[in-house]
Amino acid sequence: MKTHTVDFPASRHFKDNARQALADGELRASLRGAMDFLSAKRLSAFPDDTELAELRTLGESIRQRALSRLPELLEQLEAKLSANGITVHWAETAQQANEIIHDLVAARAGRLMVKGKSMVSEEIELNHYLEAHGIQALESDMGEYIVQMAGEKPTHIIMPAIHKTKQAIAQLFHDKLPDTPYTEDVDQLISIGRNALREQYLKADVGLSGVNFAVAETGTLCLVENEGNGRMCTTVPDLHIAITGIEKVVEKLEDVVPLYSLLTRSAIGQPITTYFNLISGPRRPGEKDGPRSVHLVLLDNGRSQAYADLQMRKTLQCIRCGACMNHCPVYSRIGGHAYGTTYPGPIGAIISPHLLGLDDTRDLPHASSLCGACGEVCPVRIPIPEMLMRLRTEGQRARADGAAVTLRGQGATHSTGESLVWRLWSGLNASPSVYRMFGWSATHLRKLTPQHQSGWTQNHVPMTPAAKSLHQLLREREVKP
Amino acid sequence: MSAREQILGKLRAAPTQSAPRPDLSAHYQRFSPVRNEIDTLRHWARMMRAAKTEIIWVSENNWSQCLVSWVAARRLGTLLLSDTTHGASARAALQEQGVATRLIRFNLPIEACKQELFTQVDASLTSVRCAIAATGTLVLWPDSAEPRSMSLIAPLHLALFDTRTLYPDFYSAMSREHWSERMPSNALLISGPSKTADIQLTLAYGAHGPRELVVFAQLPPHIDANTLEEIRA
Repeated sequence: MKTHTVDFPASRHFKDNARQALADGELRASLRGAMDFLSAKRLSAFPDDTELAELRTLGESIRQRALSRLPELLEQLEAKLSANGITVHWAETAQQANEIIHDLVAARAGRLMVKGKSMVSEEIELNHYLEAHGIQALESDMGEYIVQMAGEKPTHIIMPAIHKTKQAIAQLFHDKLPDTPYTEDVDQLISIGRNALREQYLKADVGLSGVNFAVAETGTLCLVENEGNGRMCTTVPDLHIAITGIEKVVEKLEDVVPLYSLLTRSAIGQPITTYFNLISGPRRPGEKDGPRSVHLVLLDNGRSQAYADLQMRKTLQCIRCGACMNHCPVYSRIGGHAYGTTYPGPIGAIISPHLLGLDDTRDLPHASSLCGACGEVCPVRIPIPEMLMRLRTEGQRARADGAAVTLRGQGATHSTGESLVWRLWSGLNASPSVYRMFGWSATHLRKLTPQHQSGWTQNHVPMTPAAKSLHQLLREREVKP
Repeated sequence: MSAREQILGKLRAAPTQSAPRPDLSAHYQRFSPVRNEIDTLRHWARMMRAAKTEIIWVSENNWSQCLVSWVAARRLGTLLLSDTTHGASARAALQEQGVATRLIRFNLPIEACKQELFTQVDASLTSVRCAIAATGTLVLWPDSAEPRSMSLIAPLHLALFDTRTLYPDFYSAMSREHWSERMPSNALLISGPSKTADIQLTLAYGAHGPRELVVFAQLPPHIDANTLEEIRA
């Protein structure tokens, strides 16, 4: 396959990206349809409100319990995996993770890696790193395969190619795959992908996968999927490398039962996926298949920064279902590319500042109307709106104000003007006499309100104070008999 | 300092917070559906059929004959069988009836037979460890006799399931069988043939793994297959 340069909009240009996405009618139509479909599917998968509420509470407790013991659980996981024959590697940064993986592949002179779906491998830009070192990394999840062939990035963490129409995919396959006729029949398109990828599984030297849950108790790596490509990547090649964030560990094997149920029902409204793959070691003596060598890379890449603060630690409860995106009024209008980050949507807006720093992601916590839908559907009850507000505060914080927690890029959106406005606002509300004076002037001088009110009047009629303040109206009511 | 020490150091330096161990058993006691044996089986079958799985009710005595009829009617070219009791029974029955299907064994490590597995096998037969009614799921614990690829590579997966091992939900299967004490190198939950909806959310089967899943579900003598099908009719 030809190599591509992947050019995707950076998160620093969020506002420009969003404007472009909003003007793209085709994108908006396909996003709207897909998000409505996924929201309805999710709803139908939880017919019992009580069960849903209890299951979410259970999911939250399991994740909080695991995070409360994170360092011990990671050590236990490492010990168990090692005892099972799986080698564990630790990476503080994306660069370290890429080097570890490259070394493992290079040690056996590997040239072709087949990849199951792994958002963490997207996060570290593994494909480009390997390509630069002469190793082809081929995505095998159908959506990822399509997106990679088109030289794009996934736009949704569960449905990577949700922004593409079948016509676009038909043309892509026709153009890029040898002897492939143009067809818009989805079954035939999937069959074309299946046949092309089956040839690659046969040739691949190494399979890479993500991890949905890593179980400390038993040293088990769990993979959730429908397609079977994850199983191919972890069964056929002789070397399997798994990569995951340090937060994915759970304490007990039983913990995966409710989390798995929450994940599939929240993500795509399915009671269960086709495959749940629990890997607890390489091929054992006497076994005839499975990789003879299995490695796990544990990646930090900014997660420990979120962990350092009790409020922001909740970000790490995430099980990556994507429900917050499917229900977000911002995401469903602009799609994933506009965010310019691996993880888009509300969860992306609260995790990306830790992975990339607030300097590069300064606009993301503001990419929300704070409607609260994301928090309401989150299967592990992450208070996403609360976290967005916290990150807004951190962005506005003056760099030298000596705050206890230091976030990378803290104070990125700080402006003296905005700080001054907030100080005035705070003073105004703290003193009764000043507040009364403000109320009097606002109502009596309302005709002087400017007609151009910065960003607001781009899309709204100008705001004008009412003729009487609420205090005044209440006083008048009290006076009347 | 190594990356490991750096990461663990940062995590240990963070403020601690205690969180109690949640009680999963209480949750599942409360929310696991209570059904009798027949309804549990019916529910399992309904869920599996909803995910395009064919279910054929058989008994301990007639399953191999049912398999023979099915394989013959389908005119299967090549069938992969394992070196197990059920594999041997299937082989004997198919040979006795003179079915034209070529029968092969998984007797070499995958490196030596990869090409053949991918290109020349039309179907494979495996057993099932147990199943889960709530979600319509088969549980497989592949081993040296019945390798993982037997439920993955061939386009058609035939599974032999003893319905006495049907559990109401995943939690009861895992806890009653004490999985956490002895996990195999690979345990699998399979709920239908391989599928994807990655192109415009249109569901298509046969993404990478089997296109079809057929379960020969072995009923105990006291259950009549007709009882299970009444609701369908």
